[in-house]
Amino acid sequence: MKRARLLFFQILVAVVLIALWHVGSTVKVPAGFLSQKAFFFLDPFFFSTPFAVFERTWRDFATGVIWFHLGITLLETLLAFVIGAAGGVLIGFWFARQHVVAAVFDPYVKMANALPRVVLAPIFALWLGLGIWSKVALGVTLVFFIVFFNVYQGVKEVSPTVLANARMLGMSERQLMRHVYWPSALSWMFSSLHTAVGFALVGAVVGEYLGSAAGLGYRIHQAEGVFDVTGVFSGMLVLAIFVIIIDTCVTAIENRLMVWRPTSASSQT
Amino acid sequence: MDSGTAPVPIRIGSRHCAVALTDMRITFSGQDRDGFTAVDRVDLSVADGEFVAIVGPTGCGKSTLLNATAGLIAPSAGSVAIFGEPLVGLNRRAGYLFQAEALFPWKTALENVAIGPEVAGATAEEARGRARDWLARVGLTAFAARYPHQLSGGQRKRVGLAQVLIRDPKILLMDEPFGPLDAQTRQIMGNLLLDLWNADRKAVLFVTHDLEEAIALADRVVIMGAGPAARIIGAWRVDLPRPRDISEVRLDPAFHALHREIWSALRDEVIKGYRQTEGAA
Repeated sequence: MKRARLLFFQILVAVVLIALWHVGSTVKVPAGFLSQKAFFFLDPFFFSTPFAVFERTWRDFATGVIWFHLGITLLETLLAFVIGAAGGVLIGFWFARQHVVAAVFDPYVKMANALPRVVLAPIFALWLGLGIWSKVALGVTLVFFIVFFNVYQGVKEVSPTVLANARMLGMSERQLMRHVYWPSALSWMFSSLHTAVGFALVGAVVGEYLGSAAGLGYRIHQAEGVFDVTGVFSGMLVLAIFVIIIDTCVTAIENRLMVWRPTSASSQT
Repeated sequence: MDSGTAPVPIRIGSRHCAVALTDMRITFSGQDRDGFTAVDRVDLSVADGEFVAIVGPTGCGKSTLLNATAGLIAPSAGSVAIFGEPLVGLNRRAGYLFQAEALFPWKTALENVAIGPEVAGATAEEARGRARDWLARVGLTAFAARYPHQLSGGQRKRVGLAQVLIRDPKILLMDEPFGPLDAQTRQIMGNLLLDLWNADRKAVLFVTHDLEEAIALADRVVIMGAGPAARIIGAWRVDLPRPRDISEVRLDPAFHALHREIWSALRDEVIKGYRQTEGAA
């Protein structure tokens, strides 16, 4: 019952907002009421209308033009995530186990992480061309640091008692890696997974937006170029649906792999 | 010095001495110039098959003694001998039940118990078979697939006990293992421990701050003074008959006599130690 109520209110928020948008952009305020001329609260030229946006989105899916662009963006997102996460895990592990290396690179890691990634986009376009790889590179620079910091923390913050116990049980360095450090780091990586996947997508879309010939970011940029507000909103709608689907998949994977982790819902017997 | 006058004879090299700590001091280097000395001039021996309980106030260095016996820390002075051989590195013949949560949270109860044999080179199937057997012995057959966070505190301690005992260590080190449990669960766990120990008598070094628990479980109760630089201030033999039942042995008049005797000595020492630290401060 509680879940149903929650869903009801969640949908209610969307309905109310869309209704306001619809009324504001389709009902004309008659002349002489608030101003000399008749006007819309939300001028359709600037705000489009909900039905136009839905209709455009529907048509894009029905005719199939959007699938190609979605596929490109998805590919870039996945590549950025996989490469960034793999790099983050490896380097994070390495740094956590080698204190000297971590100390030497510490200021450079901080510097690189503080750099706004958008300024790198033109450089990547220059180096890697306008194809998917410049977008993947941008996504990687975002994903890498999130995963890196989490894995680094995860390996460093293994409980000393658990570690001592593992050693007393006779584990070698390699077995410690496999049975203690790796699962611990993995749990920290998963806690950052939602953020990491989100950033992979941001990298892909921003990269496309700044220079490309395909992808959702490209579609939105094209629409903006010709003042096609409906196209822009339609692109954002597709992007939002896309994000929710990806996030649902991530949650499913997380629930599958992190069964051992205590949740607030599970009670102790 | 005439060996006959030593209060506790230490026979280094003897086959019967599972653990022999000789004139041991452990100093942790810290910000202070001299560091922090946790225990000093500790002489303690545990015979093979003997159950020794160490009792002392919180922070007196009981855990430090266990860590040194386990080989997790090296003594600053003196020596640790295991079955007559000086200890180098980790003590491979000891099993250690920690005070804090030490189970692997990402492994189920069964996997936690199976990890010992698995690490030692047993096949996964064999390790699981033995782990199932041990879970049955600690009464957790129905909970094999649970993760530690899904178990109660007492159940987690049972898993920990099985995890340590499955490796069949010759020496069992226990650091206030039942500390966080409620009184009833403590008694049940104490009886379980005694049952398992009776089946295959290992040398046990059991640290607790509960004098009653120590007398009920042990063959010998060793009392430590207050830290820093804590020392052993006395040892009493417990001649209560075995097998014992923890809740019944507490009603034994001999138990009460011993408790009174140890407590009077302990109280004097505690007060003395307290005055000393007061005077120094």
